[in-house]
Amino acid sequence: MREENRDVMSENILVVFPHPDDEAFTVSGTLAKHIEAGAHITYACLTLGEMGRNMGIPPFANRVTLPHIRKIELERSCEAIGIQDLRMLGFHDKMIEFEDQVLLDSQLDALLKELRPTIVYTFYPGFSVHPDHDACGESVIRTIGRLPQEEQPIVYCVAFSKNHQEVLGKPHVVNDVKEYLKPKMTSIEAHRSQFQAAELLGSKKLEDEEIRERYGWERFWIYPFHVSE
Amino acid sequence: MQLINLEKVQHRIESLKGEELYLHLEMTTGAYASHLDSTKHPAANFITNTKIKYDHGSIAGIGPYRVGLKMAEGWIYTEGLTHWEEEESERLLLAGHDGQGKLVVALQLSREPF
Repeated sequence: MREENRDVMSENILVVFPHPDDEAFTVSGTLAKHIEAGAHITYACLTLGEMGRNMGIPPFANRVTLPHIRKIELERSCEAIGIQDLRMLGFHDKMIEFEDQVLLDSQLDALLKELRPTIVYTFYPGFSVHPDHDACGESVIRTIGRLPQEEQPIVYCVAFSKNHQEVLGKPHVVNDVKEYLKPKMTSIEAHRSQFQAAELLGSKKLEDEEIRERYGWERFWIYPFHVSE
Repeated sequence: MQLINLEKVQHRIESLKGEELYLHLEMTTGAYASHLDSTKHPAANFITNTKIKYDHGSIAGIGPYRVGLKMAEGWIYTEGLTHWEEEESERLLLAGHDGQGKLVVALQLSREPF
């Protein structure tokens, strides 16, 4: 385990997740930290999460309005974190694993060529529970794997399947984001159709030690492209 | 969405009868069902923007509600409906939400594609 201490000044970072809100719990504190250090973040969000089951309590969204509502929530979340560049790629929620891989990979390849990121954040294929998460991570890994080795960014993966630590071991990077809980919780709260802030915080405040421990750490595994080489 | 009003929904079903309509039909346990509880069997399906026409249809039950639509050569059926969208005057949007407010089932009809 180590703390991420690289010089991130003027670094281009690409974040690829399939659903609005995937960024909130997993990486928002880390991104806020990168941004404070001068990094430029592009977040490619593959879908609008239009097949989500949460409609708010009481339900203020419905199947038809959900994509519009979640788009606005995503924009607010990005604003809270400080993300400079949000790209909504327009794929259909739940269908990433069935999507034309050539089309999906070509869009990610175009982003990599345009931005030349030194760091990419995505889901660890096979260890991310939701089929869209795994398929998203697979596409990112496939596309980066095709780049010449010297052009490959470091890929920090989020993993949370039941067996992930058993197979992957301890996280390679554990970021302390306790100083960034304000943008993080604002990002989470922006997704108000999906999460009830009251449910998450209860009567506790951001300064509460339990909250700081629960949300104050973000864990990543570096994808091993060249293990056998 | 609002809690289903049986009479108003029945009226909307009548008003869409006999026309070519776009259907969105869906049922899901959620993608995280077995991650959160290993005794759960995750399952889901949806079909969206397929064209249908029914000649007879009704809503039944005391809530959650059931809807059955009779077509020339088959049926469309949904159980577990709790909410509808009253403000949608041209379409019928019905959904069933569980105790946590999560969508479990949906039945939607529209003259235009969703």
